Amino acid sequence: MGMPISHIMTSGMSGIRAAGDLVARMQLAKSMRIGDAKDYVAKKLDVTTDDLSDEYVMRELREELGIGVITSVAGAPKGIAAKMNIEKLLDLNINCCEKFRGQLK
Amino acid sequence: MATEYKLRMGDGKRIFMTKEQIIADLKEGMADAADLGEIPDLSEDEIDKLVEIVTMPSRMVGVEQGKEVPVTHDIGTIRIDGDQGNSGVGIPSSRLVGAMMHERAFGADTMELGHIDYSYKPVKPVIAQEMQTMEVCQANMVVPLLYGAMPNMGLYYTPDGPFPNPGDLMKAFKIQEAQESMQHAAEHLTRDTVWIMQRLMASGADGVNFDTIGAAGDGDMYASLHAIEALRKQYPDIYIEAGMAGELLLGLHGEMEYDGTVLAGLWPHQQAPLAAKAGANVFGPVVNTNTSKSSAWNLGRAVTFIKAAVKASPIPCHVNMGMGVGSIPMFETPTIDAVSRASKAMVEIAGVDGI
Repeated sequence: MGMPISHIMTSGMSGIRAAGDLVARMQLAKSMRIGDAKDYVAKKLDVTTDDLSDEYVMRELREELGIGVITSVAGAPKGIAAKMNIEKLLDLNINCCEKFRGQLK
Repeated sequence: MATEYKLRMGDGKRIFMTKEQIIADLKEGMADAADLGEIPDLSEDEIDKLVEIVTMPSRMVGVEQGKEVPVTHDIGTIRIDGDQGNSGVGIPSSRLVGAMMHERAFGADTMELGHIDYSYKPVKPVIAQEMQTMEVCQANMVVPLLYGAMPNMGLYYTPDGPFPNPGDLMKAFKIQEAQESMQHAAEHLTRDTVWIMQRLMASGADGVNFDTIGAAGDGDMYASLHAIEALRKQYPDIYIEAGMAGELLLGLHGEMEYDGTVLAGLWPHQQAPLAAKAGANVFGPVVNTNTSKSSAWNLGRAVTFIKAAVKASPIPCHVNMGMGVGSIPMFETPTIDAVSRASKAMVEIAGVDGI
């Protein structure tokens, strides 16, 4: 358990504490190398690439954009709702969101 | 008396080395990788940077600000509720709780859902359970959530599976029969993996992690590459991570090819283009840790191999850095000083896109 946490602390982008999930999603969805993925997400968020790992910048911005925050904010989008906002932000289709929309009557 | 620095052996034991000994071990490890892989040495500047990282006095080190990379995870939630066999810590919890703990408590960039047996084949009888769990996890998670397991082609041979064991056949000098058995096993492995992922994609999975490709040799990679190819064809947007089991792809069959390339004997920089060709989005190269050598020797060797793989790869490389690979000590609880130094070196010198 300590090993993955050591990697996260040493090199990771802190997930939804900052913007690690968004950069990872671009790598996984579009095979973007690290520099390209960071540039793409930074442009979409209108921040610098350094800001993507900066919890101070990303905490408020994530809440404003409704893309999920690390602390449990009552009423804020979570799960699929947050990912539907990420779809729009990153101009992507996310499989579970597609499935969710497909189930609505 | 020369200053001595605290390092580790490949098994994690504390050792003390002078700067001269560290440089000698870094260069020896580097030379071993360069010789085996027929790849370039590190530059003198890169060796200097490795020495700087290894000799930093802090217990834990970190990458320079702005150089952070995403971290992907194999084994996933089994770390939380699993037993020692999966390096789990035995906390009674659902897999949803494990996944959410990684996302919201640990700051994980991605997560993975996996089955307690963690191979694709045993997922088949419990596929409905896996689908239901994927649906529940996707409903609650924000970070990309893959389904992960090991191809583990060994499960297709007797006594665990339907096909004659190639090891037994080869001992009887039945080489052709052994090759035929591997070919049959590979076809079944491809078919099973695709079938499982078709159902998990129907349940909202973001994609798939092939964890430890090649553990059963070249047939294991042959099957995995064909499964990747089929999944990419059926699901153009599926996220596919292809992670290897070891640094050298063992040629148990010896003559299997993918895209005109013989798979046996490939090193990480030769494996990466094939994973990309098949349709993977992210490649996970491996370099094995030698427990009888120092962390300096292992780091010099691992960084040399991975730097070449990153350069050759058309897709992002998330280097494997679990216990016993990527210069991480082969130990159940790898020490933070060794993990953080290896992690920093992979990002800043090998140039990996993620871990």
